[in-house]
Amino acid sequence: MDKVQMLQVLAASLFALGLTGVIIRRNVLVMLMCMELMLNGVNLSLATFAHTMGSAVGAVLVFLIFVVAAAEIAIAIPIVLLLVRRKRTLDIESYSDLKG
Amino acid sequence: MTDFLANLDTLLLWAFAGCAFVSAALMLVLRQPMRVAIALVSCMVFLGGVYGLLGLHFIAAFQVLIYVGAVMVFMVYAIMLLDPRDESGGEKFSKLLWPGIIGLSLLAEALAVGYWSDLPGAPRGAAGEPFDMVRFSAAFLSEYWLHFELTSVLLLAAVVAALAVIKENRRHDHG
Repeated sequence: MDKVQMLQVLAASLFALGLTGVIIRRNVLVMLMCMELMLNGVNLSLATFAHTMGSAVGAVLVFLIFVVAAAEIAIAIPIVLLLVRRKRTLDIESYSDLKG
Repeated sequence: MTDFLANLDTLLLWAFAGCAFVSAALMLVLRQPMRVAIALVSCMVFLGGVYGLLGLHFIAAFQVLIYVGAVMVFMVYAIMLLDPRDESGGEKFSKLLWPGIIGLSLLAEALAVGYWSDLPGAPRGAAGEPFDMVRFSAAFLSEYWLHFELTSVLLLAAVVAALAVIKENRRHDHG
């Protein structure tokens, strides 16, 4: 079995597992962590191609994704903090104020 | 013995990849957020091992430093702060459990079909020569300087937004 193929399958699986976690879990913090898992899947894919092609583009993109993940978490945690102070729960289904 | 040593890195790569997959799958079924966080940390560390075995040592180092050292520590602090306040105590899975599982199984099937069919292999570059920190840094700061600057703008925007959210929080408390 080819190494690159295996790593690409792993990357797609990590992305799919993260997406499923975002859909099926109720806890907001767990959903955020599943989003991080999706970003990790993308990173693995980019790093594998950077390794295979011997180019620096993939590695540069991996670093940009690191920064995006850090910025995302720096904004998401205060928002979750605000929501929990108002609703007293981490359950995503109680944050339905915008539901028509 | 020499065969074993020659195949050791392939073996380790498979072991790290398998462990990363198992920890990612555990994230879906564990109940407590702290256990999910530990599963995610172990998944990231195993991925760091995969990067190291691929020869991308600086990505492996930053994976551990930034993801595990900064992002996940922040997340663990948030869990310690917020989890005791959670009064829901409800179910683990949302109403979308079955659609989610069906979607995941369809995706797994598509992956399996793609994996066992004869797809053209990925194009190989300059024989996979490992690129070092010097080459990467030169490319980053000469060719991709605009992205670098845009990234700093993004980080500044994140800081401003986080401050705005905290200010809103205080106003809500006083008002």
